[in-house]
Amino acid sequence: MNISLTKLGLPVLCLSVLLAGCSSAPVDETTSTIEDTTVQTASVEMEAEAAPVMVEEIEEPTNNAATVFYFEFDKAILNDETRAALVEHAQFMMDYPTTIRLEGHADERGTREYNMALAERRANAVKEFMVLQGVAGSMIEVVSYGEERAASFGSNAAAWSMNRRVELK
Amino acid sequence: MLQKSIFLNRSVKIFLLSSILAIAPAIAWGELVIRVTQGNDKPTIVAIPPMVMAGAQLSEDISSIIESDLERSGLFKVVPRNNMLSFPSDADDVYFRDWRLLGSEYLLVGAVTKDDDLIELSFSLLNVNAQNTVFKHSVRGTENQLRDLAHMASDKVYEEITGIRGAFSTRLAYVTADQVDGNFVYKLNVSDSDGARERLMLESSEPIMSPAWAPSGDELAYVSFETGRPAIWRQSLVTAARKQLTNFRGLNGAPAWSPDGKKLAMVLSKDGNPEIYILDLTSNKLSRLTRHFAIDTEPTWEPDGKSLLFTSDRGGTPQIYKLTVASKAVQRITFRGNYNARPSLAPDGRTLVVVHRESGVFHIATLDLKTRRMVELTKTRLDESPTVAPNGAMLIYATKQGDRGVLSAVSLDAGIKYSLPAKSGDVREPAWSPFLR
Repeated sequence: MNISLTKLGLPVLCLSVLLAGCSSAPVDETTSTIEDTTVQTASVEMEAEAAPVMVEEIEEPTNNAATVFYFEFDKAILNDETRAALVEHAQFMMDYPTTIRLEGHADERGTREYNMALAERRANAVKEFMVLQGVAGSMIEVVSYGEERAASFGSNAAAWSMNRRVELK
Repeated sequence: MLQKSIFLNRSVKIFLLSSILAIAPAIAWGELVIRVTQGNDKPTIVAIPPMVMAGAQLSEDISSIIESDLERSGLFKVVPRNNMLSFPSDADDVYFRDWRLLGSEYLLVGAVTKDDDLIELSFSLLNVNAQNTVFKHSVRGTENQLRDLAHMASDKVYEEITGIRGAFSTRLAYVTADQVDGNFVYKLNVSDSDGARERLMLESSEPIMSPAWAPSGDELAYVSFETGRPAIWRQSLVTAARKQLTNFRGLNGAPAWSPDGKKLAMVLSKDGNPEIYILDLTSNKLSRLTRHFAIDTEPTWEPDGKSLLFTSDRGGTPQIYKLTVASKAVQRITFRGNYNARPSLAPDGRTLVVVHRESGVFHIATLDLKTRRMVELTKTRLDESPTVAPNGAMLIYATKQGDRGVLSAVSLDAGIKYSLPAKSGDVREPAWSPFLR
């Protein structure tokens, strides 16, 4: 009975002790020999069982929201899908402060330097939205690639629509 | 002799002329291949027999280089070497009847001689019908300057017959983009205006943009993404040494050298949105010229160095504006259509070349600043990055053939066209050098 109670009680104790950073577990002195062994075994077992919980706590938080946002021709306006994904990203960044890079792109139509400016406008629109959600502007770097880094090659509407984008990295 | 009289036959002459235009000799060096697709209706016919050095083999075919130059201008047609009855190298050896039979209007003869360490190319231009010598000239250089000597001869012939200064001794800078084993490779190259002697200036896995020639012809400025962000660099063509000029947050783009070569106009968005700035290259001082929430970009200088033309969408869509440097006053220049961008002035100072969109299609167009007449020069689509030769006779621009980026050339009256695709990958962003010395 003592043993079974100990078996139940000790794992919690071990767990909290481990979390607190201490290494030794308290031992009942009257039944020390037997309980020592049991405790040792139990604590080893419990440690093994406790390990997955520990790993889960340390594991890096993830965010499954989309990281590429698309735009209409000649526009830097965020659509509803983009806004929804950005709300998630913003919340995530406020919970787990991290720096991100927003890369703006444009399709090939029009002149290259003007497209650099257009792509930057898109990335800035994304940044502004996130700042409005509460993210510090200093956590967000904006870089424009204009039409220089196409995602889809081809001179047709389908390829162009894949290239009018902002990527969150 | 009897066989040769075939060439008097009119239909054969026409066949020869059209076959030259249709077959379009393809000449390739380095990455560019040149194809003439349209020539002048009434080209001047010139014959250029081989120019040789007695008792020695030259590393270049000088006559062939001159023939290619003159044909590429679209204003000349050359007599094929196979049809020539004789190969005179001097005016004294010329039997004019041989050349009249071939329908030739002009004859260029010459020879190369050695003079210590130097090579001398002597050449004479003869008028076949008048049976006289128009000029005799000679140029000298080292043995590895044979191509330069040939281009100087082309310049002289071109200028004599058309009255326009020849631009055959100039260079082109351009960017190529290719994928090698799944990786992007960007290159900045410089070549002769005929595509020969291609020289690699920069190779990168990150984009390169906007090459611009210094007025001296000794340096290039350009945008490179090698640091992970766009920045403006300068590079010497003499030493190949490079220097990073800007490192601001946001855009660093569209470098444009002032006519005196001491300043660089550029686009920076560090103060909130793309604006035009001038960087003094001596003092490193930066001056801001525009103050507007719209996109201001693609500056280019007027020849007097007192104003800039640039692209701005402050009116809603991209148009060309003029900015006076001293007063910072801005005046709109283009009004036709809802997209005019990337201004560049032809050397005459009154023809503005722009990228113009009409019904969704991007063409190169010229706007006469005096008469306000706008003319579309190109029939290709997705045209951009026009660059005008320093003699104003031709311009080269970037366009697409199918899905491939190619360069194309067109004369400023749209009469002459040729294309320059790269052997592999895309070629883009041509920049024509100034006259070089």
